[in-house]
Amino acid sequence: MTMKKGIEVSIAIADAAKLARVEVIAAYPITPQTHIVEHLSEIVANGELEAKYINVESEHSAMSACCGASATGARTFTSTSAQGLELMHEILFIASGMRFPIVMATVNRALSSPLSIWGDQSDVMAARDSGWIMLFCENGQEAVDSTIMAFKIAEDRRVLLPVMINLDGFSLSHVIEPILLPPQEDVDAFLPSYNPVYTLHPDKPVTMGAYGMPEIYTEAKFAQETALRNSKVVIDEVLEDFGKKFGRSYKAVEKYNNDKTEFAFIGLGSICENIKTSIDYLKDEGKEAGLVQLRLFRPFPKDDFLKAIEGKKRLAIIERAMPGGATYGPLFNEIAALAHTHGLDIALENYICGLGGRDVQPEEFMDVFTSPQSGKNITVLGVRE
Amino acid sequence: MRLKKIYSYTDHPEVEYAVSGHRACQGCAEILGLRLALKVFGKDTIMTMATGCMEIISTPFPLTDWTIPWIHVAFENAAAVASGVESALKILMEKGKIPKKDIHVIASAGDGGTSDIGLQALSGALERGHKFTYICVDNEAYMNTGIQRSSATPFGAMTTTSPPGKKSMGQATWKKNMPKIAAAHNIPYVATACPSYPFDLMEKAKKAKNTNGPSYLHILSVCPTGWRIPTEAAIEYGRLAVRSGAFPLYEVENGKYRITQKTDRLIPISEYLKGQGRFRHLTDDIIENIQTRISAEWEELKFLSGIK
Repeated sequence: MTMKKGIEVSIAIADAAKLARVEVIAAYPITPQTHIVEHLSEIVANGELEAKYINVESEHSAMSACCGASATGARTFTSTSAQGLELMHEILFIASGMRFPIVMATVNRALSSPLSIWGDQSDVMAARDSGWIMLFCENGQEAVDSTIMAFKIAEDRRVLLPVMINLDGFSLSHVIEPILLPPQEDVDAFLPSYNPVYTLHPDKPVTMGAYGMPEIYTEAKFAQETALRNSKVVIDEVLEDFGKKFGRSYKAVEKYNNDKTEFAFIGLGSICENIKTSIDYLKDEGKEAGLVQLRLFRPFPKDDFLKAIEGKKRLAIIERAMPGGATYGPLFNEIAALAHTHGLDIALENYICGLGGRDVQPEEFMDVFTSPQSGKNITVLGVRE
Repeated sequence: MRLKKIYSYTDHPEVEYAVSGHRACQGCAEILGLRLALKVFGKDTIMTMATGCMEIISTPFPLTDWTIPWIHVAFENAAAVASGVESALKILMEKGKIPKKDIHVIASAGDGGTSDIGLQALSGALERGHKFTYICVDNEAYMNTGIQRSSATPFGAMTTTSPPGKKSMGQATWKKNMPKIAAAHNIPYVATACPSYPFDLMEKAKKAKNTNGPSYLHILSVCPTGWRIPTEAAIEYGRLAVRSGAFPLYEVENGKYRITQKTDRLIPISEYLKGQGRFRHLTDDIIENIQTRISAEWEELKFLSGIK
C-alpha cells in the first residue's frame, strides 16, 4: 500500500514526470519553476530515468528543442514561469500548430515590470490563446495527477496537442503537502509508451513545418481549432479513466457548495482553496456561497460551466491578472460572452486580486459576498489608490 | 599538407536530396550550396531549417523540395530544434525504441538566422556539444524579406535598410566574422566554403559529417537578386569573392587554421566590387579603405594558418 508523504509540490511534479517516463527534457531555470527542473536534472544524473536533459540557453530554445525532440518521437517535458513563458511565446503557437504533444508545467508568476518573482496568473493569461490545452491545479496532488494525465491527453491520436499544467508560484509550487505518488507499474498501465504518427527519420522522410499559402492557412487553423475543441471528449475520458484506476476523480469544472446557492465565486488555481475557506466561514454565519472552479481553461468547458451556473443570480469572477486595458479580465469576458449568447439573466462582477504574490485573506472574499461591487467596472481588491 | 581530393568532376554522388522544382531565383547559389552539401551528407540525414529564403523556396504546402526528413519551426531556433532532434535520436536509440543507426543532424539558416537573430541558439548548441553540423548559407543580407542589411552584410553594400544617401555610404559596419565566432567555441571543425568551388565544399561537408561533435560550415551564397548582378554571374562572383580575399576559404580543425585556396596573391578587391550593383556607389577612397581591411584580415588569416 502506497502511503502519502510530505513532499514539496515542485519535487512531486518532477517525480510525476519521471513516472511518466519522459524522454527529453529541455529547460531553463527561472523562479519559481526551478525546483522542478533541478530535481529532474538530478533524477537523470542519477540514472533513475532514461532521458536526455538539455541545458538550453533560454526558454525560447527550451520550447524549440522540445519541438525538435517531439517531432523525432520522444516524450517531451519542460517547465517555465512568467518571463520564460513570454520568451517562448512565439514557439508556443508553433508547438500547437505542428501538433506536438509536449507537456509543460507552468509555475504561474507575475510578469515584469516591475519585476516580481511572486505568483499571479498574468503569464498564462498572456498566452491563453496559444492553442494549448490548459489545466489549472488547486493543490499538489492535483498537480502530480495532472502531469501524468497530461501526457495521456496530449498523445491521444484524436488530440495531438501540447498541454500546459498551471500551478501558482510559491503558494502552490513551494509548499510541502501530503502527496501520494502512484506506483510505477500503475502509471505504466495507465500511460503506455508514446507511439507517434509521424517522426523525423530517414526510413520514412517527411517534411514538417511547410508554410501555408492563403488557400490553405484557414483550413489548417480550422483543423487545429477543431482538434482543440474536440479534445474535451478525450480530456473527460482521461479524467474518468484516471479516477477509476487511481481512485482520485477530477472534473473539468469543479464545484464547492454550489448546488443550491444563488451566488458563486468563479476561480482558477490554488486561490480556490482560500475561496473554499471563505465559503466555510460564510456558512458559519448562515450565508450560502458557492464556488465554480475551472480545472480546464482551454478548451473552455462551455457546457459543463453553463450547467454549473444554472439558476445563479450573481457571479463574482476572481482573477489574478490585470486586463491590460481590456473591458474586463480575460476570464470575465469569456463568461460574459457566454451569459449574453445564452440569454442568462445574471449579475457579473469582476474582482482582480493576488497580483505579484499579494496575499488574499478569506475575509476579502467574504466581503465580496456581503458587499457586491458594481459589475460596470473591474474591482481591484485591497489596492491602495 | 593538402589532403587528397575525395570528390571530382568524374567522381561525386549523383544522388540529389534537394531536388529540382524549387522556387529559388534564377542563378541562386544558396540552394546550390545546400544541394552540394546534402550529396555528401547523404540519405541518413535530418535537417532543421530556419525561416528564410531556403525554407520559403522549398516548402509551400503541400510541396517539398527535400527527400530527407526536414523540419522548419521558426527563424531564430534552427540550432535549438536540432538539439532536440539529436537528443531524441540518442535516447530513442538507447532505449531501443528505434534501431541504432548513424543519423546525422544538420541545422541550416541564412546569415540573418545565424549571425543576428539565431546567434544565441547557435552558441548554446555549439557549447553543449551536440553532434550536428550547422550550415550558414550566407547571402549577405535579409534577401527573403527584400534585401535588408544584416550583420553579415559587407561594408559599403547598398541594401534597402543601408541605402547610400547624402549622409550614408551604404552599410557602415564590417561583416561580422561568424566562422571566427564559431571557432571561438572550440568546436572540432569549422570551415568556410563557396559553391563556386564545389569539390572543396563537398570535402569540407565530408569532414563536418565525420566530426564527433558540433561542426560549422559557412557557405558564401552569391545572390544575383540582392547583389544586383546578372543571374549567370553567380559562380564567377563567388570565385572573385574568394580570390580577392573578401571571402577566403579556410578550415579550423581542432583549433588549427588551414587556408584551402591559393595563398600566393590576392586579386584587387575592386575586381570583386565592380559590376555589383550593391557597390556601384562606392568612391575610390572607400574602395581603398575596404582593400586595407581585407588585406589586413588576409594577413591575419595567413598568420593563424602558420603561413609567413
